Amino acid sequence: MSAATLFGLCGAGLVGLGLYGLVVSPAPLRKILSFNLLGGGVFLLFGVVARRGAAAGLGGDPVPQALTITGIVVAFSATALAVALALRLFDATRRPDERADEPSADGGS
Amino acid sequence: MSAALDILSAVAISAGAFFFLAGTAGLLRFPDSLTRLHALTKADNLGLGLVVLGLLPHAAGPLAALKLIGVWLLAQLAGASVAQLVASAVKARGPET
Amino acid sequence: MTPDLAIDIGLAVLVLGVAAWTTVVRESFAAVVGFVTYGLLLALAWVRLHAVDVALTEAAIGGGVTGALLLAAAARLGPAEDRTPGDRPGAAPRLLAAVLCALVSAGLGAIVLLPPDPAPTLAPAAVASLPKTGLGNPVTAVLLAYRAWDTFLEKAVLVLALLGVWSLAPDALWGGRPGPAYRAQRDGALALLARVLPPAGIVMGVYMLWTGADEPGGAFPAGTILAAMWILVMRAGLADAPAVGRRSLRVALVAGAVVFLAVGLSGLATAGAFLAYPVRFAKPLIVLIEAPLTFSIAVTLGLLAAGPPERGLPR
Repeated sequence: MSAATLFGLCGAGLVGLGLYGLVVSPAPLRKILSFNLLGGGVFLLFGVVARRGAAAGLGGDPVPQALTITGIVVAFSATALAVALALRLFDATRRPDERADEPSADGGS
Repeated sequence: MSAALDILSAVAISAGAFFFLAGTAGLLRFPDSLTRLHALTKADNLGLGLVVLGLLPHAAGPLAALKLIGVWLLAQLAGASVAQLVASAVKARGPET
Repeated sequence: MTPDLAIDIGLAVLVLGVAAWTTVVRESFAAVVGFVTYGLLLALAWVRLHAVDVALTEAAIGGGVTGALLLAAAARLGPAEDRTPGDRPGAAPRLLAAVLCALVSAGLGAIVLLPPDPAPTLAPAAVASLPKTGLGNPVTAVLLAYRAWDTFLEKAVLVLALLGVWSLAPDALWGGRPGPAYRAQRDGALALLARVLPPAGIVMGVYMLWTGADEPGGAFPAGTILAAMWILVMRAGLADAPAVGRRSLRVALVAGAVVFLAVGLSGLATAGAFLAYPVRFAKPLIVLIEAPLTFSIAVTLGLLAAGPPERGLPR
């Protein structure tokens, strides 16, 4: 079993874990964390494709690696936006869950 | 000569790994935050130093060896600062487990 | 079992274990710490996969800047989340979710275990055109020459995300300073770290940008390290966050994309296609793009971690 296959299985496991946490956790911050775990697993799968494409004297195919770098940066920007939304939701409702159909305790800001 | 260097590297890296293990044991077994901080910082600084010492003979030239030592110094700086910050937070909040 | 395989197995098991712990632990703060650890372990996994550029980016962004962002969020959201955890689904829906997620994992695992043979790869094509770009690092060549359009759009996405974050401020605070006013002790440990580390960090970031042409590195890890130094200085209270309405800040944010677009449009005249480089000037043009791009990435990432404006400008 090569390193690529091993980390590919690890990435598959991370996707399942992240998906479970995303679906099951009620708090927004935990959902954001699980979403990032899911993203990390997907990027590992890209990395496995890159490692398997090692040729022409390189250790890995550079195109999936470049896509992964782009993906990591964009995932961070999505996380930052999601965190800002979660903080604003918390401030507006003074309650960190996502049910917006209930009246909030105070009038919000 | 290179066999002696290999033995030196193996001994240093094993000693460093032992210190990391001791620090982790302290983290898990010590009763409160301050003692755990003490175990972590002492063990990790010394453990990392020994690992770097073991890797120095195998570095690819003097510049790479300097980079390894630079890594050790930066890790010490970060570790010491964070330990101070955690300790002052513990002191401000009061003792807890 | 070779030592390499033992390390890889240990690393993979550790990554999965830390991720599982992050998912099930009760306190939000502990979950964020677990996530930062997971990011650093993932960087090691990338090194084992022979993708050092990705490892640098993952360590800097996943372990560094995301950690700063999430720790600040956990400090504000965590206590309330832990007190009133909301309604977790019951045991039966959770079991169903677990089974379905396990099926997803199994499906992906099956794909991993049954790879196409021979493996498809673009490495020979990437290496073949490398001399024309004047670069030695094929990943940088993909990012800034072969797929330069993707990198440009990524920069635009970063600015759009920042606009989204800023638009969450109340109307009265638009254009104000992001984040609370951090005040560390003038002679405390955090202030010392924020005085000693940034000079070394700035040198490392610029070096990583310059050496990314031939060795692992490049604009994204470099910009992230510079952003991390700026975040450190802001969090220590040594420099206040700039007001987001300032013109100089906005120019700094778009400088990378504007220069990128200008060079791309000039490629229409000099090399016959948008974002094409004339072969003789490929390397200087790429460096010309990379420098403002790194600076803009640093400013954007720092502001994304700082959040929406919370303090108005003094009137």
